[in-house]
Amino acid sequence: MLSITNIHASFENTEILKGISLTIGNNETHVIMGPNGSGKSTLAKVIAGHPSYRVTDGIISLDEKDIAEFEPEERAHLGIFLSFQQPREITGVNFRQYLHTIHRAKVLNQAGKTLQEARKDRSLRKEISPIHFRKIVDELTPHVNMPSEFLERNVNEGFSGGEKKKSEILQMEILQPRLALLDELDSGLDIDALRTVCKRIVELKEQTGMSILLITHYPKILEYLAPDKVHLFVDGQIVESGDKTLAERIEAEGYLTKK
Amino acid sequence: MQKSSSSLGTTAQSEQNEGIFSGLDRATFDTFNSSDYVEKFSRGLSEALIRQISAEKKEPEWMLEHRLKGLKIFLETPMPKWGPSLSNLDFSKICFYARAGEQASTKSWDDVPEDIKNTFERLGIPEAEKQMLAGAGAQYESDTVYHSLKEKWESLGVIFLDMDTALQEHPELVKKYFMQCVPLRDHKFAALHGAIWSGGTFLWIPKGVEVDEPLQAYFRMNAPGMGQFEHTLLIIEDGAIGHYIEGCSAPKYGTSALHAGCVEVFVCEGAKFRYSSVENWSRDTYNLNTKRAIVSKNARMEWVGGNMGSGVTMLYPCSVLKGEGASADHLGIAFANKGQNQDTGAKVFHVASNTSSKIVSKSLSKAGGISTYRGMVRVAKGAKNCRVNTECDAILLDEESINNTIPDIDIADDSAFVSHEASVGRLSPDDMFYLRSRGLSEEQARSTLVNGFLDPITRELPLEYAVEMNRLIELEMEGSIG
Repeated sequence: MLSITNIHASFENTEILKGISLTIGNNETHVIMGPNGSGKSTLAKVIAGHPSYRVTDGIISLDEKDIAEFEPEERAHLGIFLSFQQPREITGVNFRQYLHTIHRAKVLNQAGKTLQEARKDRSLRKEISPIHFRKIVDELTPHVNMPSEFLERNVNEGFSGGEKKKSEILQMEILQPRLALLDELDSGLDIDALRTVCKRIVELKEQTGMSILLITHYPKILEYLAPDKVHLFVDGQIVESGDKTLAERIEAEGYLTKK
Repeated sequence: MQKSSSSLGTTAQSEQNEGIFSGLDRATFDTFNSSDYVEKFSRGLSEALIRQISAEKKEPEWMLEHRLKGLKIFLETPMPKWGPSLSNLDFSKICFYARAGEQASTKSWDDVPEDIKNTFERLGIPEAEKQMLAGAGAQYESDTVYHSLKEKWESLGVIFLDMDTALQEHPELVKKYFMQCVPLRDHKFAALHGAIWSGGTFLWIPKGVEVDEPLQAYFRMNAPGMGQFEHTLLIIEDGAIGHYIEGCSAPKYGTSALHAGCVEVFVCEGAKFRYSSVENWSRDTYNLNTKRAIVSKNARMEWVGGNMGSGVTMLYPCSVLKGEGASADHLGIAFANKGQNQDTGAKVFHVASNTSSKIVSKSLSKAGGISTYRGMVRVAKGAKNCRVNTECDAILLDEESINNTIPDIDIADDSAFVSHEASVGRLSPDDMFYLRSRGLSEEQARSTLVNGFLDPITRELPLEYAVEMNRLIELEMEGSIG
């Protein structure tokens, strides 16, 4: 579904990705491991379309469509979701209302309708109504073990690192992506929370057939999210790819010996 | 989702696609009615016009004298030498007084002429009145066309009338307070207002009465080149509580219009009052408005306001904390879009000890718009242990827009506790990316961040009005890509 060919990308004129190629099939889980500063997060941001990163060469295609020039929201509408390493705190924006807004944006996009048009359509009107959404979100919050009081707070504001990650997965579940980019999902989550969240991700993957690109430092998470492929990322390049055993070897030997 | 706030209003975490004001769009404000009636009225200002107005209104002699004195001061006083340029404001082209019909103010919407009633229906006023207000007034050009107070409040002695009727029915009460808070000599436009005022609201809440539903007045200009000069006189007796909301709008024509209203508030001992306003005049409008409260011992005044729409605004709500333990909050939003100069702020005079004030100003500038926070705070010598807290935040939505922050704080007593914070910034690219990566368009993402920025102020408005304010901001944000 996702195919990346020889991607080069820079941030403020410094080249960070130096020719990445990667193909992820439907319902596959790929893992990228590598040392700090090797460009792993940049790859995720580039796939999701962060405007501060400039793609200087290469092709990013989703279902054979080149999306390298697409806006971030267009990529989101095609089913790409990025769970941030450090999710943003959005001051003054009620979390429940925000979740409703992103849900509504998705519904409207899928229907190809504006809000005004959707309000005239009986079933769409119901689907985007706050009352209907309230039911949806009340069903979803227990999946990530998030107390419903969080919904009355501002988006991620004052959330702990782990709560922010739960917030990301809750949003992911609302948006039901085809490709989930999980950037350092394990940072901030304690072991119980990590297990809960991973369990839910696996269930979602089974239900929806989504694909996963997981970025991590720590092989521990692979106990909960079994990878189809593991890639070792060093200095903006994939230096080695393999199956789960590569992760085991990295755990035993560390990153530096692989350069 | 509605929580009660510590203050008079109710907190609004609105579900934004619902409610009375959620359908507002450009057409709501720009749709205008025929204004042939204006032909019958002269343009420009003259003594003859003032005498004619006073005679038509059958005013007592003292009011005519007051008007003529106002005219004299207006003519003698030079234009202000500070703030935005008023050089395109041509008094000879303004219609200072116009009535759309012979109709007097009525207590029934059914008696309001059809086209005028339709205008207020589009603006959601009768619906808001039905659902949530203690009373409502509606002014069209120089006349109040509708004014009504729920029986429940009338029976408790509350007086809520249009100003002209109040002057007829309660002349002594009006005379006691009228322009005692904002005197004619205050500035040129206060004098003009005193000369030409017409319409407006009179509210008197008797001792100890707590009016727990808001009262609203809406002011609408319809004809090109209109001037509107409503007078709002609000008297909150000892220990009483009230909340008054004002809305304003006008269609856009391309000829200058003038709004120079005057709001006077007397918050008596231990009383608590909130004045909220959503001013959304057209780009043609010079909004040179004066608002002031005199706050007595242990009384509290809260100003919550949004300024959008008008081409030029000069508006600095003022609180005079004259009684010990008095306090005031000034919460303001200003949005300066293309070609707009929003010069707004607050003035607070700490005259007595143990008084406190909080000013929170949030401004946005877009497409070359200029927003200015201009604040004046004074603590008098001998006023002990006063607290002064000012916070001004501004967001520039693009490279070409401008924000100025001009705080003027003068503390004559060392015991005061004073804090001032100010910030100017842009929307964070990472926040923008976060929201867009969840499928929100660039415009939606900007609106979301801006609404969040303004939330500390909009949340103080009753739910419906918070929705209205957010909707107006959304309309201003449209086409902001760039």
